[in-house]
Amino acid sequence: MTLFVEQLANGLTVGAVYALVALGYTMVYGVMKLINFAHGELFMLGAYLGFTVLVSTALGGALPAGAALLVIILLAMGGVALLGLTVERVAYRPLQRANRLTAVVSALGVSIFLQNSAMLLWGPRYRAYPGWAVPDVRWSVAGVHVGLMQVLILAVALVLMLGLYYVIQRTFLGAAIRATAIDHDTARLMGINVDRIIQLIFVIGPALGAAAGVLLGLYYRQIHFTMGWSYGLKAFTAAIMGGIGNIPGAMVGGLLLGTLEMLGAGYLSAAWKDAFVFAILILLLIVRPTGLLGERVAEKV
Amino acid sequence: MARTAPRERLAQEETVGVRPPRPSTARARGLIGPALTLGAVVLGVAAPWLVSDYWVDVAVFWGIYALLGLSLNLIVGEVGLFNMGHTAFFAIGAYATVILNQAWGLSLWLLIPVAGFLAAAAGYGLSRPIIHLRGDYLLIATIGLNEILRVALLNNPRGLTGGPNGVILLDQFRLFGYGLDRPERFYYLVWGAVGLVVWGLLRLQRSRIGRAWNCVREDEVAAEAMGIDVRQAKLLAFVLGAGLAGAAGTLFAAKMVVVSPDSFTFMEAVILFAIVILGGMGSIPGVLVGSAAMMVLPELLRNFAQYRMLFFGAAMVVMMIFRPQGLWPSRRWKAQLAGEREP
Repeated sequence: MTLFVEQLANGLTVGAVYALVALGYTMVYGVMKLINFAHGELFMLGAYLGFTVLVSTALGGALPAGAALLVIILLAMGGVALLGLTVERVAYRPLQRANRLTAVVSALGVSIFLQNSAMLLWGPRYRAYPGWAVPDVRWSVAGVHVGLMQVLILAVALVLMLGLYYVIQRTFLGAAIRATAIDHDTARLMGINVDRIIQLIFVIGPALGAAAGVLLGLYYRQIHFTMGWSYGLKAFTAAIMGGIGNIPGAMVGGLLLGTLEMLGAGYLSAAWKDAFVFAILILLLIVRPTGLLGERVAEKV
Repeated sequence: MARTAPRERLAQEETVGVRPPRPSTARARGLIGPALTLGAVVLGVAAPWLVSDYWVDVAVFWGIYALLGLSLNLIVGEVGLFNMGHTAFFAIGAYATVILNQAWGLSLWLLIPVAGFLAAAAGYGLSRPIIHLRGDYLLIATIGLNEILRVALLNNPRGLTGGPNGVILLDQFRLFGYGLDRPERFYYLVWGAVGLVVWGLLRLQRSRIGRAWNCVREDEVAAEAMGIDVRQAKLLAFVLGAGLAGAAGTLFAAKMVVVSPDSFTFMEAVILFAIVILGGMGSIPGVLVGSAAMMVLPELLRNFAQYRMLFFGAAMVVMMIFRPQGLWPSRRWKAQLAGEREP
């Protein structure tokens, strides 16, 4: 039972990170019908930006730990959002009318480019996140260990997700995004600037991904320039699980994937956990190709 | 020429278009293709004597990736199925080669069809449940399959795959007592195989099933209405492509000597996918050019060692923006590209 609760807590923590990254995939897919393979790299760059700010500034002394953390996350989010905008402008905008696979290959090109940029800038070795930003506090409740970091990750992720959900569902901007996702041309007729909305998607998604990157760096303490591939792929899997293009779906999918992965690692085998995740994905795709929350749409073939 | 009214001029041009060109020019034009092909073949045969062993090796890997690209082109290019897990079948072929060679001492010549068959069988078994998935869903499912296989190889089930270190192949190709492990001999083996496969695929493209595949790619519903068994056509392409990749795995194992999971990462799958798209989907010469771009260009950039993957990624983007139809597009693929992006 202890193992179960602990793995559940670990799973929810990692799952919250997956969910934040998955939101970026699902929003881009919802609006542009494009798998943004570069998104995992943006997440990785978020982790590296956070790392750089953490090690190179005097924030540690000047600000209390919590405030410093907030500043770092916001800086990483801002930096990566700018990068996301640039990627959209350079690699996707010229391909809006092109064949689907063309855009996929372009996205893969961006991904390789960003990954190698990170390697050149920060070196090929693992980098260690300094631990001072979050005090290593752990509680033991009825034999179950829970860390402050886990609580913090869940809290930050929850706040960001609720914020996004509010924007999408309740604001005029959100309505414009939803309209664009349904039909670009009709949205344009309604006076929505579709290009702006796409740019906005490429600001929000990468910003959330960057926050996830910083949180993951703080959690595992280790970052590497290839982590964008693996975490990106899993986050994408989470988006598909929830029903790609569906925002609550990405949140549920992320939390579910993290939990399943950690339970799989705890009860089956840690070495096989990645295979376990993808096996579940394939089974899900066979049974319910549109994901858990995705509606069955009559699609034009 | 006297001025004519637009309508008459149009009519005139139409007649000119219909009339066959003068026989001499027609014959000359008809000779350009074969002459270029002959030139390329002569150059290809002479190449190992003109360049250093290093470049012969580069050409060997180009050939192996050309075979892989051709096999993936059957699936992605001819039928339009998004498969980004193709290295799985390549890996199955390579591992089967080494393991069976060690276990039963089967000759590598025999292992080419055996590895091909095993990969094709795996292709059938793995693709059957997911072949109905459309577009991006199939893409992610195949990525998943590839990852599952890679994790399995790393975990060394029953001590067969040697985990992260891989397995070593002790045998080599032999022909009339000559070992084919010298670079130029291996070069002839690989490019001989490429020639054979290209010939076979050209025949296949023009066959009934080849045309059915293109039909499925252009419009699945219409293909179904025309009486094509879409599911069977897709499965056949998947099985053939997987089998060919598996057979290429034998050549790869013989060249690399060590077969390890490092050779079958997601990045490799991306490279294969890019070969097909960069070359031009459904275009056989395109795949040869695309694999050259992916395998030979990075070697030319070796001097820039650490920056070369950076250039490489940027080149992929630039290429897609300025030449989305690929380096050597298939004529039959143009109609689809002219249309809008599918919803």
